[in-house]
Amino acid sequence: MKRLSDERTKILFEKLAKYIGTNVQQLIDRPDGTYCFREHKDRVYYVSERILKLSECFGYKQLVCVGTCFGKFSKTNKLKFHITALYYLAPYAQYKVWVKPSFEQQFLYGNHIPKSGLGRITENAGQYQGVVVFSMNDLALGFGVLARSTTECKTADPLTTVCFHQSDIGEYIRAEDTLF
Amino acid sequence: MGRKAEYSEKQKKGPGRKARKQGPPKFPKKSFAPLDDEDKRLSHRQKQRVAKREQKKLVQKAKSKDKRAQQPRKQKEYHSESDSEPEAQQPVESSDEEVPQLVPIKKQKSNGFTDDNKDWLKLKSKQQQKTRKQQLEDLQEKEETENEFEGDSDEEVENDEAYDETDGEEEQSIDDDNEAQVGKLDDLFDDDDEDQETDENEDNEDDDDENDEDDDDDDDDDDTLPIERANKKLKKRQEQDDKLAQEEMQMSVDQSEVFRLPEPGEDADKELSLQDVQQRIKDIIQVLSDFGKYRQEGRSRSEYVDQLRSDLCLYYSYNEFLMSKLMDIFKLSDLMEYLEASEVARPLTIRTNSLKTRRRDLAGALINRGVNLDPLGKWTNVGLVIFNSTVPLGATPEYLAGHYMIQGASSMLPVIALAPQENERVLDMCSAPGGKGSHIAAVMKNTGVLFANDANRDRIKAVVANFHRLGIVNAIVSCEDATKFRNIMTGFDRVLLDAPCTGTGVVSKDPSVKTTKSEIDVQRCYNLQRKLLLTAIDCVDAKSSTGGYVVYSTCSVLPEENEWVIDYALKKRNVKLVPLGIDFGEPGFTKFRQHRYHPSLNLCRRFYPHTNNMDGFFVAKLKKFSNTIPITKEQQEADEKQLDEALASDQTESNTAETKEKATEATEGRRKALGKRAGKPSLTDVEHDLKKKKLEQSKTKYVAKVFEKPIKVSSKSKPERTLPVSKKNEEESSTASPKVQSKEQAPQSNGNKKQKPSKNEEQSSPQENGQKAKSTSKITKKLSQAPRVDIDELPLLEGKPIKKENKLKNKSKQLGQLKKFKKTADSKSKQRFKK
Repeated sequence: MKRLSDERTKILFEKLAKYIGTNVQQLIDRPDGTYCFREHKDRVYYVSERILKLSECFGYKQLVCVGTCFGKFSKTNKLKFHITALYYLAPYAQYKVWVKPSFEQQFLYGNHIPKSGLGRITENAGQYQGVVVFSMNDLALGFGVLARSTTECKTADPLTTVCFHQSDIGEYIRAEDTLF
Repeated sequence: MGRKAEYSEKQKKGPGRKARKQGPPKFPKKSFAPLDDEDKRLSHRQKQRVAKREQKKLVQKAKSKDKRAQQPRKQKEYHSESDSEPEAQQPVESSDEEVPQLVPIKKQKSNGFTDDNKDWLKLKSKQQQKTRKQQLEDLQEKEETENEFEGDSDEEVENDEAYDETDGEEEQSIDDDNEAQVGKLDDLFDDDDEDQETDENEDNEDDDDENDEDDDDDDDDDDTLPIERANKKLKKRQEQDDKLAQEEMQMSVDQSEVFRLPEPGEDADKELSLQDVQQRIKDIIQVLSDFGKYRQEGRSRSEYVDQLRSDLCLYYSYNEFLMSKLMDIFKLSDLMEYLEASEVARPLTIRTNSLKTRRRDLAGALINRGVNLDPLGKWTNVGLVIFNSTVPLGATPEYLAGHYMIQGASSMLPVIALAPQENERVLDMCSAPGGKGSHIAAVMKNTGVLFANDANRDRIKAVVANFHRLGIVNAIVSCEDATKFRNIMTGFDRVLLDAPCTGTGVVSKDPSVKTTKSEIDVQRCYNLQRKLLLTAIDCVDAKSSTGGYVVYSTCSVLPEENEWVIDYALKKRNVKLVPLGIDFGEPGFTKFRQHRYHPSLNLCRRFYPHTNNMDGFFVAKLKKFSNTIPITKEQQEADEKQLDEALASDQTESNTAETKEKATEATEGRRKALGKRAGKPSLTDVEHDLKKKKLEQSKTKYVAKVFEKPIKVSSKSKPERTLPVSKKNEEESSTASPKVQSKEQAPQSNGNKKQKPSKNEEQSSPQENGQKAKSTSKITKKLSQAPRVDIDELPLLEGKPIKKENKLKNKSKQLGQLKKFKKTADSKSKQRFKK
């Protein structure tokens, strides 16, 4: 576990802001203790400082995971969020997309959301805005970015993609080997 | 314009019609085998009909009595009046009826097994006898009546008695006819209308029927002489008599037959069907249930038991080792139930993730997806049992969102027993795949810290995935060797040790356990388990204000892996057993065969498939009451060494098996291997020689180990409290060591082996020297006598190691199919060569 470099910290917060905007503040200043982002084997973990201290007993190789994994830095220093970040993204998300029950399963298999699968969408979301995808009964299914702004969505024809798929909870099964 | 699009779908108002709960299915206690004889109950309508029938019978009897009174008069009328009158025909029928009289009786036999006829069906044989008597009488009478008809004039001469007799006959025949008729009608139509017909009508019908039959018979009769007819009848009767006698014979034979145990060599040349084996199992169990009564002269109980064991092995496809273990654990009736229950899969159960949802909400959501479920039991408020499901439960959005975890009912028990509190520091030592760990975190409500550890790096991924999916944020997942955990961190409030085991309790999940497990596997497991348990106890802080508990659980039913391990820990550490807080399950063994465990071991709980409908499971809860270690440091080190050695030997055994396999592979297809080994240094001949040498060494090591095993076991297991057993063990060890030495003729092995016995002596010496000193000369005498017995057995044992090795080889082949094993073996062997 090591601190994130300044550069990586910046990348991380930029990315976070894409999805949860100003709510990033709430991840840092928490009433129940200090929480911090740490890097371990290129992966970013978000964890309470109390737990972090205890994890220092373990060797670099032996330690597998502490707290919640947010994502992984690629070799080119780009951060890709994993589905595991959804636990924190979903409650703080500012822009949301709801998919119809008929499209739920499709999305969980990694498909982009077409207009026909769109159940509901937050107002005023611009193009390429990071959004969290929910099912109609408010089950967080994953996240992605909007392919069209909200206004464009209204006029789009049924088959055009409105939201690009980035990550979905189906990956817990599909990508268990590569995720962790 | 048009209507405004309604994006929000209607909220469902209630759970809906489908949510209505269905009661749990009730199975008869004898469980899942199809029932042979269901007792059929009469429906309401049928009961009504039976009642009506009874009434009718009564009425008819009364009528027939009247008829009887009228009969003589009628006959006179017949002779005086013309044939055309229907009423007058009756006497003709009655007299001529004797011929077809058999027919209704036969009919009764053929359609006898209906409910209506139940009351008289039971008396089948008796009735037949009765009817035979009747027939006899009938025959006589018939002859008489025939005489009557042939000589019409003689009719007047017939006395009243004769009439009376015929009347009686007639009455009975009519009754019989009616009964048969009713039964037949009931079978065919089952209509109420039939019953509602008036009695008179029915009588008429009967008459008509009789008429028809008479006509048929008359046609036949026309061709044959009376004497021939009589002859035919006699023959028929004789045949029936014979048949009946045979049946009776058969019956009596069936009842009195003593089950004959097949001779030892008998099975070899006979082809046995599975049914035969099953029947024999049943028979042997019956014999064993009352041995004095059913036994065959000259056969001992052990012969029966041996036969039973081999039959059970064949029928349920277990290996001899496991079956004999199971036979030791269960009594016969339980054993059969256990084996039967182990064949069926346990119901699928899920655990609600209380961090994300509530059980009721989850149940509602799943029911809407077409899952039929119910709460698991009173002992848990998060468990749900799934009866059937139209969707795959491991891929529903709810599952992926982490609302539940698929988990056996039995694996919720250890966590319930552990009862973690909020803000505690808890360790799950062998946590993969994270079911129990996540349960702990859920109970702690994501507070405190949960350490989840597993030694297997491949399986640890599942833990991480599950923890993230279930939204557990307070966990530290590590991949350490759990036995070394005390060097990393101690001072936990609670530790859960779900130890790796042979898995004999989860046969229904993994049937390969039935055949693959052997003595050596069990030994390997319990050595590891002991070590793990001691480590777990060392990790716990006894001074913890809320905790200081260790929960030990396995999915095995063998006492070696359960009670014995706990008993060992009780001796080596300052711990005591405490109640689990689970009110079902069976108490642990305090004694098992020759072993005597600590009496408090009845606080442990065992769970069986046939009693609790969950996997075979063992849970024990220990409370650490002092951080000091009761045994001295040297002893402790000795113990450590001992366990380490045992484990190491086990591992080398498995490794050698694997490397051996590798070697054969290499020699067979080196060319092939080249492709795989491209870029890696190829094996030189020198290395091959080295390998061979090592193999031989390990072989001899292995041979020695097999014999040493009991020594180790006994010296470890020596309970200080129970003297007689320890004495016995001493005997064993002393007898076993000369055995080993006599066996060791290979010069290579000397270096290794000589250490072992001496070590054993060292280990046993500090504690047991006192006992030895105390032990009288009697014992020493015994000791001196004992070896002779073992020497007799030696030649038998000589063949064993090779066999075992083959088994091991096979096993490792199976294991070798798993990638990871190969990898580890690869790396290890490489390391060796580097050295």
